[in-house]
Amino acid sequence: MDWDDLGLKMGLEIHQQLNTETKLFCPCATELIDERFDNEIKRGLRPTQSELGQIDRAAFQESMRKLKFNYEAYNHRTCLVETDDEPPHDLNEEALDLAITIASLLNMHIIDEVHTMRKQVIDGSNTGGFQRTSLVATDGYLETPQGKVAIENLCLEEDACRRIATENDFTHFRLDRLGIPLVEITTDPSIHHPEQVKEVAYVLGQILRSTNVKRGLGTIRQDLNISIAKGSRVELKGVQNLDLIPEMVELEVQRQLNLLNIQEELKSRDARVLDDIHDLDEIFKNTSSKILSTAQSIKGIVLKGFKGLVGLEIQKGRRFGTELSSYAKKREVSGIFHTDELPAYGISQEETESMRSYLNADEDDTIVIVAHDEDIAISALEEVIRRANMAFDGVPEETRKALEDGTSEFMRPLPTANRMYLETDIPLFKIDKNKIINIRNNLPELPEEKKNRIIDEYSLSEDLAKQLVKKLHADEFEIIMKEIDVDSTLVASFLAYNLREIKREGIVIKHINPKDLIATFKLLSAEKISKDAITDIIKEIAINKEAIEQQFNEKENGFIKYVDKDIDNNIDPEQIAKSLDLLLLGENDVENIIIEIVNNNSSMIKEREMGAIGPLMGISMKKLKGKADGKLVNKILKEEIKKLLN
Amino acid sequence: MAYKKIAQDFLNKSNISIGDLVKVEKGEIQYNGILLDRSEDAEDNHIVLKIDNGYNIGLNISNAKIELIKKGSKPEIKYDNVEIVNDPEKDNILIISTGGTVSSIIDYKTGAVHPVFTASDLLKANSELLDLANIDVKALYNILSENMKPEYWVNTAKSIADEINNGVDGVVVAHGTDTMHYTSAALSFMLESPVPIVITGAQRSSDRPSTDAFLNLMNSVGAAKSNIAEVTVCMHGTLDDVYCDLHRGTKVRKMHTSRRDTFRSIDNEPIARFKNGELSSINTNNYTKRNSKELKLSDNLESKVAIIKTFPGITEELINYHVDKGYKGLLIEGTGLGHIPDYMLNAIKRANEENIAIVMTSQCIYGTLNMNVYSTGRKLLNAGVISGGDMTPETAYVKLCWALGQSENLNDVTNIITTNIAGELNEKSSLKYFLN
Repeated sequence: MDWDDLGLKMGLEIHQQLNTETKLFCPCATELIDERFDNEIKRGLRPTQSELGQIDRAAFQESMRKLKFNYEAYNHRTCLVETDDEPPHDLNEEALDLAITIASLLNMHIIDEVHTMRKQVIDGSNTGGFQRTSLVATDGYLETPQGKVAIENLCLEEDACRRIATENDFTHFRLDRLGIPLVEITTDPSIHHPEQVKEVAYVLGQILRSTNVKRGLGTIRQDLNISIAKGSRVELKGVQNLDLIPEMVELEVQRQLNLLNIQEELKSRDARVLDDIHDLDEIFKNTSSKILSTAQSIKGIVLKGFKGLVGLEIQKGRRFGTELSSYAKKREVSGIFHTDELPAYGISQEETESMRSYLNADEDDTIVIVAHDEDIAISALEEVIRRANMAFDGVPEETRKALEDGTSEFMRPLPTANRMYLETDIPLFKIDKNKIINIRNNLPELPEEKKNRIIDEYSLSEDLAKQLVKKLHADEFEIIMKEIDVDSTLVASFLAYNLREIKREGIVIKHINPKDLIATFKLLSAEKISKDAITDIIKEIAINKEAIEQQFNEKENGFIKYVDKDIDNNIDPEQIAKSLDLLLLGENDVENIIIEIVNNNSSMIKEREMGAIGPLMGISMKKLKGKADGKLVNKILKEEIKKLLN
Repeated sequence: MAYKKIAQDFLNKSNISIGDLVKVEKGEIQYNGILLDRSEDAEDNHIVLKIDNGYNIGLNISNAKIELIKKGSKPEIKYDNVEIVNDPEKDNILIISTGGTVSSIIDYKTGAVHPVFTASDLLKANSELLDLANIDVKALYNILSENMKPEYWVNTAKSIADEINNGVDGVVVAHGTDTMHYTSAALSFMLESPVPIVITGAQRSSDRPSTDAFLNLMNSVGAAKSNIAEVTVCMHGTLDDVYCDLHRGTKVRKMHTSRRDTFRSIDNEPIARFKNGELSSINTNNYTKRNSKELKLSDNLESKVAIIKTFPGITEELINYHVDKGYKGLLIEGTGLGHIPDYMLNAIKRANEENIAIVMTSQCIYGTLNMNVYSTGRKLLNAGVISGGDMTPETAYVKLCWALGQSENLNDVTNIITTNIAGELNEKSSLKYFLN
């Protein structure tokens, strides 16, 4: 496709969780909790009538029915701020400083005085019915290999609750994620090439990771805005895989082009959407279709002149009918049937025919039917009518959920005017000029700079340095190197590769800290262990620490067991090496063991003379299992054999 | 406009006022947006813009240039009227608003929260109430509840009495939560009523979708339709948006700064529980039934009454000050079973001699007084201190104001204080009366 010709425009919106001590407006920790909750709080949210436009009691009731939520709370790890009882505490300054740091790395201008806003969100993901957010910086830019990209805004906001499950009456949310600080970074919509979007996302990610942000699944979320000249702006939410971005763009452009073709075709056919919703129970009263026969009511509409278009594929695996269906699904039906794909699903040719004649629909028309409880079927078809009418305008502005295969699914219309108003519970925060200067003077090193510097400073290979930076072990590496006198490549490759192998064995390594590594490497430089023993020692430390952690989390009768959690002071790598029998033996001990081996094999030595070194070396090393240096063993062995032969 | 000197001059120079669309240049960047008002307590030298993505920002005006893009008008909120058709089958319930956060509407353009004053406004935000009853709304005050005064209680009681005379089937009073339990006690003593009088409010303001106002209002209307013809408080029973507890107006207290279920019955259980605007369960039959009493208003109050809380280190000055200032009654929050240090006894005696009524309650909040167990208590009784029984300090204070309004004679006052008037005194302390 010729992107320039199509007038392709894209923008990125990135949400990144910050790794602060506490949440944005309360003192709770910023960690997710996977234990069983202590309390469940039932709440409703109430849109104000003005937001729904005119008072339509039915629509209002309908919206209220869905706004029931269960919030999973913890006695000690969540608090009354998260349940929306206690007013928010002051803005977390650590988070603000981090936001300013990131904004500075993106060459942005910091706002003089930050005002926290409430952005209305009534899907339950925020207990208050709004997300707190504030604009911290504007007008920056980012250098990418394909040129400069303008960064429009950086906002500091609170993350939403974690959605756990959806039942008929309630959506279950967990409070653990609510309030974790996020930065939201938006580029301007002027990126014109799919590969460049991917590049921008990658570079932004690298910059973010050079600061104190959360790492791991779900801690960074990307949304992609796409439009083509004749199409409309569509937001693809939750893009997980950066490599998929170019394909995703292509698929969306294809979808928009197909919708434009449908628009043109509909106009040339003089097609129309008929508003009447018809009762079809009579026609299907003896149907052999299971879905239809079990439904309380069957309703249908006629799309004049739509034949063939509803079944038309507009994106791989998704037809125009899928779009109609995804609107209907917002009214709780599982799907729609349409005559472009009938007879099928147990609906017979005769039934299709009699439906056509009953509805006065001719061959050029498409009939859409929904089978469900009467009121639900009607409201689902109203949605189908609404979406079918939009086809005459081409591409509707939508927020769509990015799917794993690169396609997308309708979520909701794009939010129109932001319903934002001041969060009056939080004082305005004036940003001191000295704060900005101080932060700018202490900006973290960007990944590329860091890589080049550690190559120079520690004479590492390009590959090792790259791995350290990419896997975020560079800081640990430098901390360790400051304390010990060990070959830098050994330390670097331990961090870059061995640690990952330990993790692959299923061992929890998150408790391993530089202190453990320093103490272990010090055993090496003191020649108390061999370098082969390092992995085993670290593995054992990790296992011990996790066991203590587990014990600490265990509860007895609802009370946490008392455990001394001061793990670091309880763990001594030398003790561990000893318990694993990995301490190197002294020269005398080695000598005694070898003398014994030599004596036990005296006949073989006499037979083979110096040729016995090979087999005896094997026997010795096996016996000494990494507790003695090979060179030393070899030296002593030679001497003892000579002694015996003499 | 709340802009102060520097910012005001800056705006005046360019003839810019709130609501105007402006461009502000600061060095190499510029911001376009609508000029908003600034809160009074914020620092001078800054202006507030709402920029087009909806965010508010504060801009320091040193080295800034401002330019008018388009004149705007200060936004005003106007609502369409809701047409209310009365249904003769339904009860007529009156909602009297005294202020607080029971209903307010947000203006998204400026972010200002406007209190709702008319029936139509309140019903627009809470239209389901019309399914329960014919609703009329009267705005009496718009005050924060910490600014309540005994004279406002009197006016509220009078208005309620008028409406009951006019034939309403029940009254709901919308009130700020901070002093709601004082008002509920005051109305309990001032009014005998054939119909329910239910006081309610909100802990979380109605401009937020998570407000507790709606559930409280709906169940209060339910309670106002019920057979429980007492002055009650109807608020969230738990942290859930599921049901409300109906508390006796003299036995209720705000017990938490921020939780929705802050109101708790003290030395009592809630009378009933309301769910979806209907009675869902009842704890006791011991309540005044609808139409069992004639309307009676006794609205004389003595406002020269003070509360003194004792503490280790208190001195006689506190008592003497109030005697010197001509106070007519003192409510003492004593320790434990009803004590103050024995060196205070002379000051108490003097107050008694000057015909000042002194009522004792306990700062324990829960439990009843017994001033006979320790000698200090007996000495206080002998000095003329009246035991407040198991009344909360707040209820006892209000009752003392009311008792002094009924009579200046200390014997009469003692009689009133120690006689149960509106369910405020329990003889019996149930196991169930603590921390519920």
